[in-house]
Amino acid sequence: MTGVARYAAERNLPGCLYAWPVPATVPRGRVAAIRTADALALPGVHAVLTHENAPRTREPDDPILAVLQNDRVPHRGWQVALVVADTLEGARAGAEALDITYETAAHDAVLTADHDGLYTPETANGGYPAVRERGDVDRAFAAAPVQVDATYTIGPLHNHPMEPHATTALWSQDGRLTLYDSSQGATKVRDSLATVFGLRPDQVTVVSQHVGGGFGSKGTPRPQAVLAAMAALHTGRPVELAMPRRHMAAVVGHRAPTVQRVRLGASSDGTLTSVAHEISTHTSTVKEFVEQAAVPARVMYGSAHSRTVHRVAALDVPSPSWMRAPGEAPGMYALESAMDELASALGLDPVELRLRNDPAAEPDSGKPFSSRNLAACLRDGAARFGWNDRDPRPAVRREGPLLLGTGVAAATYPVYAAASHASAHAAPDGSYRIAVNATDIGTGARTVLAQIAAHVLETPVENVTVDIGDSDLPDAPLAGGSSGTASWGWSVHKAATALVERLGESSGPLPAAGVTVTADTTDETAEESPHARHAFGAHFAEVAVDSRTGEVRVRRMLGVFAAGHILNSRTGRSQFIGGMTMGLGMALTESSSLDPVFGDFTESDLASYHVPACADVTGLEAYWIDEDDPHLNPMGSKGIGEIGIVGAAAALGNAFHHATGVRLRTLPLAPDRVLSALR
Amino acid sequence: MEPTSRGRSGEGEGRAAGDRSTLTLNINGTDHTLTLDHRTTVLDTLRLHLGLTGAKKGCDHGQCGACTVLVDGRRANSCLLLAVAQDGARITTVEGLAADDRLHPLQEAFLERDALQCGYCTPGQICSGIGVLGEAQDGFPSHATAPTAPVTGPVALDAAEIRERMSGNLCRCGAYPRIVEAIGDVAS
Ligand code: FES
Ligand code: FES
Repeated sequence: MTGVARYAAERNLPGCLYAWPVPATVPRGRVAAIRTADALALPGVHAVLTHENAPRTREPDDPILAVLQNDRVPHRGWQVALVVADTLEGARAGAEALDITYETAAHDAVLTADHDGLYTPETANGGYPAVRERGDVDRAFAAAPVQVDATYTIGPLHNHPMEPHATTALWSQDGRLTLYDSSQGATKVRDSLATVFGLRPDQVTVVSQHVGGGFGSKGTPRPQAVLAAMAALHTGRPVELAMPRRHMAAVVGHRAPTVQRVRLGASSDGTLTSVAHEISTHTSTVKEFVEQAAVPARVMYGSAHSRTVHRVAALDVPSPSWMRAPGEAPGMYALESAMDELASALGLDPVELRLRNDPAAEPDSGKPFSSRNLAACLRDGAARFGWNDRDPRPAVRREGPLLLGTGVAAATYPVYAAASHASAHAAPDGSYRIAVNATDIGTGARTVLAQIAAHVLETPVENVTVDIGDSDLPDAPLAGGSSGTASWGWSVHKAATALVERLGESSGPLPAAGVTVTADTTDETAEESPHARHAFGAHFAEVAVDSRTGEVRVRRMLGVFAAGHILNSRTGRSQFIGGMTMGLGMALTESSSLDPVFGDFTESDLASYHVPACADVTGLEAYWIDEDDPHLNPMGSKGIGEIGIVGAAAALGNAFHHATGVRLRTLPLAPDRVLSALR
Repeated sequence: MEPTSRGRSGEGEGRAAGDRSTLTLNINGTDHTLTLDHRTTVLDTLRLHLGLTGAKKGCDHGQCGACTVLVDGRRANSCLLLAVAQDGARITTVEGLAADDRLHPLQEAFLERDALQCGYCTPGQICSGIGVLGEAQDGFPSHATAPTAPVTGPVALDAAEIRERMSGNLCRCGAYPRIVEAIGDVAS
């Protein structure tokens, strides 16, 4: 706003050096030799770290952090050296001056639906079983009078927060490590870095005060934190490492591509009898990460017979990881597109089809929902959007060269909460101070936590200061899984409640030092709920498809969400709209691919990977149904950071079908693909 | 074209020695005389040499607009400007927008509209928005301007104009609707 907030690479520490990472230029093999002499001869270059001279580290909890430990190149873009210099220009010139030779090995970077390397893992991301089966899906599907059998394909997608991953590292004389790191969870970074450098957690401080977005890519520590710490150790100076944008795609995680086959069987009144969702995806040879795209099919619709399966192939590609709503975002694109196809096959309104299959209990677990307001979202959205007088026929609305259509899709996202610590302090002047190592990645965490505390303390919100973003504060989980507010807020609620009790016990003035209490929600959050807990939502969208250029433009998008009690309507709306915008990108603009020869992402910068721009975003509206759900947490909230993206792409794809009569099953709906489909 | 004071500092050529030059940039009203590597961009000069980290680095390649500043009153991607070529330029960054402790009206509007989430794109959005206001005032057309619109006089900034003109400033958090409203508030 005024430019005073300091992000990770903005510390301007005295004596700071700058580091430039060097990515491998081969897709698989080993570093045969690195000639560093020319780089070291450049003015201002202090050091070149390679696997030969970098500090030896302990085995990390995440193998992507084992950088510069050996000569192996597991994928193109893996970092093989780091140049440290007085200036950024000097470090970059040093990186150019390195002479690296590789021994290469045959590689395979391209996922196909029938890839030889596909196997069934034990679990998918989030710890979900890879396979779930109920009844006899094959028989039920074969016997169903109405069937949909369709395969949907989504390429890799990139988080691309506007602030690139960055770390400033420094070591003190007594061997303590301080990192200013752009992360979604400083406690987690502290613990991981302590492991890597063989330190106790209390010897490491990680500060993540201001974070320029993450969308999952900063949820786990990234190699730049380790590299910066190594360089600072090696040089004895503070070192700043801000990832060059073009390097990011290979090392900060991505949404893995998926090939998803959905088979739906229904009776002629639209009642689902079988649901099969089978996905193939890739991981790297460094670690197993399985995008849990078939998991939402275990939650969404009732059917007697069901099969959900994940299969994965370990390819010579960068390691995938979390991107906003991993699993749900791609999975619901496929499932909700298939539901639209089923509605067409049945001649039934797609809202009505979803209402007819809205289950009373979670289909997979049989548990009752703590609250499920999908039907209310669909009905409310339909009324607001003007859905009810829609002409269901495809390809009959024209405005000159433009074909117009509308579409609907549902959304869902699970409720998570993790153990968190917090402290609450009452000062003699009547003010309060809350401390919790939460992170604000753009969600308004400070505001909402102050609100939660103020509510319990029965004091105006201005009276509460909230300290977050520093691992020396009480330990807290990361901002991820849309669980931040629930997890941190729970511990803040508990600490504030205990503080109120404590203050009530004593009369008279507070001691000069004030009163501090702490809280830990390990027990509460560990309890298994007898309920299935999920947020739901519905998206409605209208698109205009230009039959001359193939361009698909959004005219309006309307989302209605049921996500517990919305704690702050301003920041809540921003989260929903932000998610919907990313869903718009997923549907229409964001396209990435792995080059079969080079083994890396072809679209690795913001000129080639098109995140939605201002002119792409028109007519977005978000509403919600405030739920009163006693089975969640003391605030009654569900997460809201991710559900906005879930289903958005399907609504747009379904609107595209309604506009053109053509079903495209591969994202994004980019002009080249659209034009060839319309011909 | 108006003459500008650009390109000369004092009399004669700027002083260059090998790969460095000494030059003067007027930043937020204060002259800074610096000796800089010829490869140094205005963005890195601000962030790394002057500690003015308000201008952000999102891509360093002119693709995101996070580094937008005003150069002689017009918006520019400071990551694409080499400092050595800007000797004598008058540069305004987000830190220089508030006057006498009063926020610039567009900063006020951003706060009022809650036009930011993570805040990383925000300084660039605000500087770019101020650039847009000036360009429209001076009659610069955009892709959204009707071809039949008169070429003299200010362009009215409706939402479509603002969206078009602001499309060089990416916001991954998706704060666009509020950004457009905030600029619209100040334009009207
Ligand atoms: S940093 Fe200059 S345009 Fe992105
Ligand atoms: S507010 Fe986060 S990128 Fe714009």
